[in-house]
Amino acid sequence: LSRIGDELYLEPTESGLSLRAVNSSRSAFASFLFAPLFFQLYEPGSAGPDTELFRCKVQMKSFLGIFRSLPSLEKSVGKCLILLKPRASRLVLQLHCKYGVTKTHNLAFQECERLQAVFDTQRCASRLCAPARVLADAVVHFPPTLAEVTLGTGPGGKISLRNYVEDEAGESCRGRGPLAHPGVPSSPTPTPSPPPELSKTMVTELWLAEDEFQSVAVAPGSHITFCLREFRGLLSFAEASNLPLTIHFDEPGRPVIFTLDDTVLEVHLVLATLADLDNSSQSPSTNGVSHLPAPLDDFPDDLESYMVAMETSEGGSAGPPSPTFPLRTPRPAESNPEEEEEEEEEEGAVPGTPPHKKFRSLFFGSVMTPGRPSPATTQEVLAEDSDGES
Amino acid sequence: MPFSAQPPASGERYALSASLDNARHLSSLLRAVHFQDHATCLATASGLRVTVEDAKCIQANAFIQADIFQEFSIQEESVMFRISLSVLLDCLTIFGTSSLPGTSTALRMCYRGYGYPLMLFLEEGGVVTVCKINTQEPDELLDFDFCSTKVVNKIILQSEGLREAFAELDMTSEVLQITMSPEKPYFRLSTFGNAGSAHLDYPRDSDLMEAFHCNQTQTNRYKISLLKPSTKALALSCKVSIRTDAQGFLSLQYMIRNEDGQICFVEYYCCPDENITEADL
Repeated sequence: LSRIGDELYLEPTESGLSLRAVNSSRSAFASFLFAPLFFQLYEPGSAGPDTELFRCKVQMKSFLGIFRSLPSLEKSVGKCLILLKPRASRLVLQLHCKYGVTKTHNLAFQECERLQAVFDTQRCASRLCAPARVLADAVVHFPPTLAEVTLGTGPGGKISLRNYVEDEAGESCRGRGPLAHPGVPSSPTPTPSPPPELSKTMVTELWLAEDEFQSVAVAPGSHITFCLREFRGLLSFAEASNLPLTIHFDEPGRPVIFTLDDTVLEVHLVLATLADLDNSSQSPSTNGVSHLPAPLDDFPDDLESYMVAMETSEGGSAGPPSPTFPLRTPRPAESNPEEEEEEEEEEGAVPGTPPHKKFRSLFFGSVMTPGRPSPATTQEVLAEDSDGES
Repeated sequence: MPFSAQPPASGERYALSASLDNARHLSSLLRAVHFQDHATCLATASGLRVTVEDAKCIQANAFIQADIFQEFSIQEESVMFRISLSVLLDCLTIFGTSSLPGTSTALRMCYRGYGYPLMLFLEEGGVVTVCKINTQEPDELLDFDFCSTKVVNKIILQSEGLREAFAELDMTSEVLQITMSPEKPYFRLSTFGNAGSAHLDYPRDSDLMEAFHCNQTQTNRYKISLLKPSTKALALSCKVSIRTDAQGFLSLQYMIRNEDGQICFVEYYCCPDENITEADL
């Protein structure tokens, strides 16, 4: 989780304790849900009719500092007690160690909104399942600095992994953290380095046979490009816990979902994927999600308005009417709120959006019927995400 | 050669002359108190005491008793000088710091008296190094006036239990708070850092607890930056005694067993910190 974000969100639920993180540009989200059976004792507290179960977030570094040395933890710590004390404004972590020694840490926390990426693995056209080791062995061939990788399905059920190289039209994105600068206004035209000459770029491509996977159910000819960094983090966890990894993906632009399942643990990692600009049709299909004919959903990529809508809605898992994409400042004369072309949005520089990378925080969307404008359409998104201001 | 590489003949009159087959017996102990550049050395018939102080608040002493040395002769009642501890340690470890089994650096130390430099003759594998380190007027040392009759609370712990705790102390906290009490929490180390507060509790019946004599509940705070260097002494030691007096002065005494199984002591004295305002727990 620390590979993803600087803050750790703790949310006790009836079905277990959920630990979550999101990155600053909201294009990567992970959650670890520990079922009650994982614990010796699990008391999530009681939610009243008007109150939800209390949740909070803490600084990732502070939390990790308590579990600094894993080998010594294994040797000396018998039990760990986690108490959330809202009234004292403290998250208490108590380690019961050898020799009767007790280490108590009282961490300051912040209240927070529910951090939830909306995604649905059922809606993904393709699914792969492999032992973590197979994927780890594959990924090791790519340099550690590689930012993005493309996963594709090929003939004969083969699966390919290839390092992503920006095409001539775009700017170089290799070697840089893709989602590094929240709040930096994106410029309409890419600036510094000229695009790398394709002939001089090293390309690594790896093919995996179908039988390396535990299951393969993919739409032929599909491919997605996502960030390797966050994925590597999950991969090392999967390897260490010896769990098979399932990859759910759909079209470019739609999030890719990695899952790990165990009797007492459910892990999700949701990463935004690069939208396929090449296939940009001018079709007013969905709200700027992808230009391939997409199923019914509109995926807003505006977290702020979505979160606002979440707060103000009557609640319920269906979610509020999905706001459309005010990545652009509203220009009613120029655009139809119902159809948002990605190119327009890319060019319309709006401060506070993620930089000119084509990744978008797509997955904080909700399912809704197409063509329905949202009440939050006119909301101008200029500020950073709401959690950033706390 | 301008001077002889041979150690002086035993006929010459030196205020202090001592030999040690394994210089590490001295250097490892000195490292445990090396948090300032300079130290004051006091040699008496009982042995050598090296003192380091800081901020008029903390004092560390390393004791190497006479019987650790193969030869220890002192012509005056006591000999005292100030010397650069950094340079002394560099010289003692001039043949390197890694301890290969079977090899050791032999040391002969000579001090002619007031105003003379300290001479060190170091030999390993037939190679001899001669060092001359200038000495200075000794500083006046703090006297914590800490004697066993004034002790209010005392515990003796196996160092193993404290080592990790000290190494992982939250250094964003300005203070280390020590609570000693006949009741719970018995012995508690607390820090108040940026992330929040942390408490380490040792129960009186813990296997680590060799002795527990607490008569009164005392909570005292000490500047963590002053106490952190004691971690080195803790790492070397097998046992540590923690004592406080009525004013809250802290005495930490570390029992260190050297490679040959001989026992030496290092102690730290620290004043309580008066200026810290009450931190919320």
